Amino acid sequence: MISRSTMNSRVLAGILSMMAIAALIGGAFAGLIAEGIRDLSGVFGAFDAYLARIIWFTLWQALLSAVLSVIPAIFVARALSRHPGFPGRAFILGLFALPLALPAIVAALGILALLGRAGYLAAPLSGISGVAWPGIYGLGGILVAHVFFNLPLATRLFLEALDTLPTDQWRLASQLGMGPVATFRLIEWPTMRAALPGIAGLVFMLCITSFTIVLTLGGGPAATTLEVAIYQALRFDFDPARAVTFTLLQIVLTVIVMLALGRLGADVAPDANLSVASRKSVRIGPMETVLNTAIVLTALVFVAGPIMATVVAGLGADLVRLAGEAAVWQATMTSIFLAVLSACLSVGLAWSLASARRALADRRSKAARFLESVAGTGAGFVLVVPPIVLGAGWFVLLRHSGLVFAAAPVMVVAVNAVMAMPFAIRAIRPAHDAAAERNEKLCAQLGLSGWNRWKLIDWPALRRPFATGFAFAMALSLGDLGVIALFGSDSVQTLPYLLLGRLGSYRTDDAAGLALLLGLLCLTLVFIADRFGREHAR
Amino acid sequence: MIDRNAVAEVGVQLDDIRFRYDDMEMRFDVAFRPATITAIMGPSGSGKSTLLNLIAGFETPLSGRILIGDVDVTSEAPAERPVSMVFQENNHFAHLDVEKNVGLGRSASLRLAEVDRAAVADALRRTGLEGKEKRLPRELSGGERQRVALARVLVRDRPVLLLDEPFGSLGPALRDEMLELLVSVQAERRMTVLFITHQPEDAARVAADMVFIEEGKVAAAGPLKDFFGEAGPAAFRRYIGNRLEFARKRT
Repeated sequence: MISRSTMNSRVLAGILSMMAIAALIGGAFAGLIAEGIRDLSGVFGAFDAYLARIIWFTLWQALLSAVLSVIPAIFVARALSRHPGFPGRAFILGLFALPLALPAIVAALGILALLGRAGYLAAPLSGISGVAWPGIYGLGGILVAHVFFNLPLATRLFLEALDTLPTDQWRLASQLGMGPVATFRLIEWPTMRAALPGIAGLVFMLCITSFTIVLTLGGGPAATTLEVAIYQALRFDFDPARAVTFTLLQIVLTVIVMLALGRLGADVAPDANLSVASRKSVRIGPMETVLNTAIVLTALVFVAGPIMATVVAGLGADLVRLAGEAAVWQATMTSIFLAVLSACLSVGLAWSLASARRALADRRSKAARFLESVAGTGAGFVLVVPPIVLGAGWFVLLRHSGLVFAAAPVMVVAVNAVMAMPFAIRAIRPAHDAAAERNEKLCAQLGLSGWNRWKLIDWPALRRPFATGFAFAMALSLGDLGVIALFGSDSVQTLPYLLLGRLGSYRTDDAAGLALLLGLLCLTLVFIADRFGREHAR
Repeated sequence: MIDRNAVAEVGVQLDDIRFRYDDMEMRFDVAFRPATITAIMGPSGSGKSTLLNLIAGFETPLSGRILIGDVDVTSEAPAERPVSMVFQENNHFAHLDVEKNVGLGRSASLRLAEVDRAAVADALRRTGLEGKEKRLPRELSGGERQRVALARVLVRDRPVLLLDEPFGSLGPALRDEMLELLVSVQAERRMTVLFITHQPEDAARVAADMVFIEEGKVAAAGPLKDFFGEAGPAAFRRYIGNRLEFARKRT
């Protein structure tokens, strides 16, 4: 239905977007396969005890991270859910949304500032244990960082699950005189258990593909994951055959986990902005109130700690000197420029796919249905081909062309745009589809199309989700370390790359200052986008 | 196109139209008299809305022709057809005020000349929306929202008006008011009106003709008075059941 030409141009734009994404992924695979064929013995030679240890560690840290994030999250979410009037509840939930927008390297720096060998807590910890605090490197550091990121995420997801319970169930529970234990057993737990595989699976996937945390907090060969091993094979050992082996294994691993999660019915693309409504009052005894308060406060301290440490350590750095450094300016400008391009591309891809999917949904042919499902659910692939995998493929492909470092800006923009796209789609698609549903016929009847339709009808409805998607994509790109770690050089430096360099040369103060700058940049952005969207939503 | 729209009193004819909706085969072969209100009735899911969507151009038939006046509009886009349609809901853009929502009936880019503005103001007056120009749709009552839709029909000034149960969600008093407005607007503009309703008394009140649809086909068509009575079509009598008595009393 509706005008054929509009429909076809929308579908065409969607197909072009898909082709661009396919080219990015295909190029990476072409690089990997060509290199694998060229040096087959090298590829198989990489299977050794070291590799087995890396795989084991990759899975083990992800499993521990998931368990340590998800189980406490159940209790934090329940505590928050039972106290809709908890003082500062909105602030706590806002704080719990923060790690999602915070670059991993900033969090890593915060954790080092707090728990590192010279961290703020080193002295008290040495005093308690009686031996000099060795610093939180290795598995411990990785776990703390992963829990810092994923405990709040899991809490919000559980809370969202609890909020889907109809109010009448709570009323019924209190009418029947259910105590806290009975309520948990009969109402809360069944709901959370249904959400558990999805949430645990998501956290597990995020931890398997985590790069920055393991790179900065992992300690040597004993605490290395596949992703970091890929990076080391390419940038330090100059052993592309090994990198190919690692990369292919990483893909196999994630595909297996994805399939397993698919069986569990997990939805593996997190939502960029969850709405968490508060619930009607429930009568709660004083004992439980104390317990819940303790749980929430503990989680709060855990999440706020590294953030505070980032701020304090950053302020302790010589910010004036840093601000005067040409390299810092250069890196900041490069970061912002690339992030803006990346966010534009990401939102554009997301919009064209959402709109093509919608146009196809109106047709009832088989081909349309196939394309529709690809455009609609193809988002999960991002976790299967994380930035490092894409980057490694292209790095190997371009290795002999002399274009590796020249390609850095293109790679950062393209890879991060595609990585942020599922989030952008999540933000844009519901609003887009709802607006289309409402307005399609009226627009067709009034002859509203092209620019007029965009300006008068679509843009006002999509402004807010666009802003959300844009900010998220930009924050993701600003914080990217995976791609730039591979492609970065003295000529193309972003803030995270500069930060990593300073950290590598033990200029910890500089690194802390840069982390504060980067963190503020990302948060300001998300804040502005949120404001912008809200103002126009009225 | 403008010229054609200016010509009042055009009939609508569906010439052996075939259409498939999911598993339902539909076939419409029916003509509507010009400058007349025809009520369209039938059970839910019988294809009433599809019939209007075909005429408005929102659905494309598998075969057959749709004639408005003497012109074959089968392959024309919705905006090109000399047709206005009022839907059950979603007749307005939620973020645009009343004036703009009506103004879109004149210009899809909302570039309105003085004469267009006058037409909008006139239509708002005619539909009793004076003083509510700057309101947003959500600040209006259900009845007022449908008045906005009618005001836009007035500024569009096209000879065919399709109404897909537009007053279905209004209370009895409001519905009566809207029906009155509809009748007076139709009398003034001499539009050909196709009006879907579930209320036999509404049909009896405004329509001269009736088309009864069942299972994707026109089960009966003709002057309205032939429907209400002992001699009415069996399918129609089955459909409205014991309300027949009531409706007959009203007529």
